[in-house]
Amino acid sequence: MKATQPYSRRVVSRLLTIGQSNEFVLVLVIVVLCLLVGLAERNFWNLGTAFDIARNSLETVVFALAFLVVLLVGGIDVSFDAIGIFSGYTAAWIAVSGYYDSDIILAFVLAGLIGLGLGAVNAVIVDRLRLPVLIATLATRSVFVGVLLTYIGAFWYNFLPGQLGDFHYWQVIRVPVGRGSTSLHPLVIPVLVLAVVLWLVLSRTMFGRGLYAVGGDAEAARRAGFPVRRLVFMALCLAGLLAGLGGMVHVSLGGNADPYELVGSELTPIAAVVLGGASIFGGKGTVLGTVLGAVLISLINYSMVSLGVPAAWTQVIVGLFILIAIASQLMRGRRRARSLLAIPSGA
Amino acid sequence: MPEALRLDSITKRFGGVEALRDVSFELRDGSVGCLVGENGSGKSTLIKIATGALSPDSGSITVAGHSYDRLSPREAISQGIDVIYQDLSLFPNLTVAENIALASHVREGRRVFDGRGSRRVASSLLEQLGVPVSPDDLVGNLGPAERQATAICRALSQEARLLFMDEPTASLTWREVERLFSIVREVRARGVAICFVSHKLDEVLDISDRVTVLRNGQVVAAGPCAEFDRGTLAQAMTGRSGWAERPPRPLEEALPALEVRELSLAGVFEHVSLDVRKGEVVGVAGLLGSGAAELVGVVFGCPPASTGEIRVAGRRRSIRSPIDAMRAGIGYVPNDRLRDGLFLRHSIATNIVSANIGAVSGFAGRLRRGMMRAHGVRAIESLHIAARSPDALAGELSGGNQQKVVLARWLLRRPALLVLNGPTIGVDVGAKEEIHNLLADLSKQGVSIMMASDDVPELVATCHRVFVLRKGRLVAQMTGSECTQEKLQAEMIA
Repeated sequence: MKATQPYSRRVVSRLLTIGQSNEFVLVLVIVVLCLLVGLAERNFWNLGTAFDIARNSLETVVFALAFLVVLLVGGIDVSFDAIGIFSGYTAAWIAVSGYYDSDIILAFVLAGLIGLGLGAVNAVIVDRLRLPVLIATLATRSVFVGVLLTYIGAFWYNFLPGQLGDFHYWQVIRVPVGRGSTSLHPLVIPVLVLAVVLWLVLSRTMFGRGLYAVGGDAEAARRAGFPVRRLVFMALCLAGLLAGLGGMVHVSLGGNADPYELVGSELTPIAAVVLGGASIFGGKGTVLGTVLGAVLISLINYSMVSLGVPAAWTQVIVGLFILIAIASQLMRGRRRARSLLAIPSGA
Repeated sequence: MPEALRLDSITKRFGGVEALRDVSFELRDGSVGCLVGENGSGKSTLIKIATGALSPDSGSITVAGHSYDRLSPREAISQGIDVIYQDLSLFPNLTVAENIALASHVREGRRVFDGRGSRRVASSLLEQLGVPVSPDDLVGNLGPAERQATAICRALSQEARLLFMDEPTASLTWREVERLFSIVREVRARGVAICFVSHKLDEVLDISDRVTVLRNGQVVAAGPCAEFDRGTLAQAMTGRSGWAERPPRPLEEALPALEVRELSLAGVFEHVSLDVRKGEVVGVAGLLGSGAAELVGVVFGCPPASTGEIRVAGRRRSIRSPIDAMRAGIGYVPNDRLRDGLFLRHSIATNIVSANIGAVSGFAGRLRRGMMRAHGVRAIESLHIAARSPDALAGELSGGNQQKVVLARWLLRRPALLVLNGPTIGVDVGAKEEIHNLLADLSKQGVSIMMASDDVPELVATCHRVFVLRKGRLVAQMTGSECTQEKLQAEMIA
């Protein structure tokens, strides 16, 4: 490749690009927040905190990725929480009923498949009836929860059998901390792998680039030859699969299955996606940003607890962060628009 | 040089209507052709036949020596015939490289996106055409000329031999058009044929080797550009002759309708003083960024001035918002009528009365529908708006007719001063002439007119006086016959 600029200048301009990226700003915010909380609360700075925050982010990360995939094509899928609890609870219920021996991997596979099926229901409705995703999923989330409570069960399984029951105690890396020790939950690893795979799919495959293209301009995508309807269909199915897995993350990390949980808590993953820099109008957003957004939210929650701030305040602070994140994005956009206007073209 | 495309005696009917009758057209490799005609003259139909989107009822299509009765879209693409539509079909959220490469990736049925290869192809094309854009730039951050260049590179990356460009200059300023044309010359030098579809006459003559004029589905004139001038082209397109006569200049002692003293808008323009007399047509000339468009906006209170004084009919007025301006008897036609000037999803009648709701309101603010329609009908007749009825939606009209609806709205208020911002952007020649005639009539009736524009011939043809803004400052004033195209253009860019 022909170098059009000296190497050093390319490095500088690359660094500037990174510096302006939303992901970089998020990392900065996370680091600064850690430093500040650590100054006030000495016990904050240790590996145990990092492990706890990682574990606490998992559920939000998986649900947020489900939301992101549909958001990229410009759709707002509000059924992921319903799909999550439907899939997680049903997979646990099958185990409780004794149809399989509560193998944790099998439980995740089952929940994923159930989620995929429910995502396909969304996809068929959106595709056949040509409904906006928001409208279709507002309806289906209600139907999913109703079906779950009516036909599968409204019973709270406080204890789950076998691996499902003790999975939340599992540990991989054990590190001594102070008088005790701390450990990482093994689920962090598959979720990281999932995020990396999704990142590769979104950034390197034509399917992924197609989602961005549809979200950017659906008519232009059609003219470029992208199968627009099929891409939207597949995005909804993929979101269902991810939401199903997210539901199982919730159930397995909690060690119990409550069909009344999750629905109503859908705003946290949406907040993570928005903090991560995705555009609510589609076409913009990254896996890394979304993961960082989720981590930031659990960091806020965790540090508020360790600083002894009441839980209600945590919500206020998360809300403020979202406002600041969106306002700064908008201002950057406006400044750019103004600078385009101010510089006479051709100068 | 061989022919890139030849159409012989093409006829196409839709139902009983002949969209094209016995049309012949040719374009040689490495040349620039231009297809001109008013809206509805058959330009789009011709493009669709050349690109395989429609099949002709009779006639033949010759591409690279092969003759076809009709082309399929696939054949057209494999023969290298491509169209860049007015909206460009770009993805603002993706990079230049991705925009250039995605369509060919899809066509080749690839599953994995080749980021490095795309960037290589994009940067070599951009470099060959001399476009100062990085392949990693987001298209959403580019200016209009660079977006055009991206769309051209996309076509070239797919081995286009013949490129139709539909109204490529509609949204460009004069300066950006120059940049686009230098890119087009590079493309032509590669042996690629380009066909502009346009109704901006000066540009057509500037860039093209050959012009074909369509009117009512027939070729009414065709030949090398040297055989045409602005007047003959306009006449061929419209079937009428001549431009609007400039109305007689108002007397020196006519009362000033508008006086602007030391007006400034922070960061945009400074210390501008000018006046508009009763019945006078005053132009405010300036390129994008000069402050000309913003100046006329400030007179209407959007946005309000930072400092300075505005007097209307001798009285000092504080104009902080459009409402203030309307109370002072000012009407405003914005430059972006789709965004700022019209309610696209409402009827013509609703749009026309929207600035004058009081006049059509009855008891307790009840709208009198009959009266609204009557205003609509009257406007359609008096301004020759091509619409079925006053109930037609504003969004369904052509650019020229939309602009007439915006004008009709203000005429209903009988303003003493009408302020226009780029009054004929994206309007075809026929409608442009009608709008100019209308402005001349208003001027004769004593309405003062102030228009911002970067369309030099338009300013010269319609204005009594022209003020020129450059980089936010008033740099020149030209009156009547001393205002020529050359002088005006020189002042605008100097």
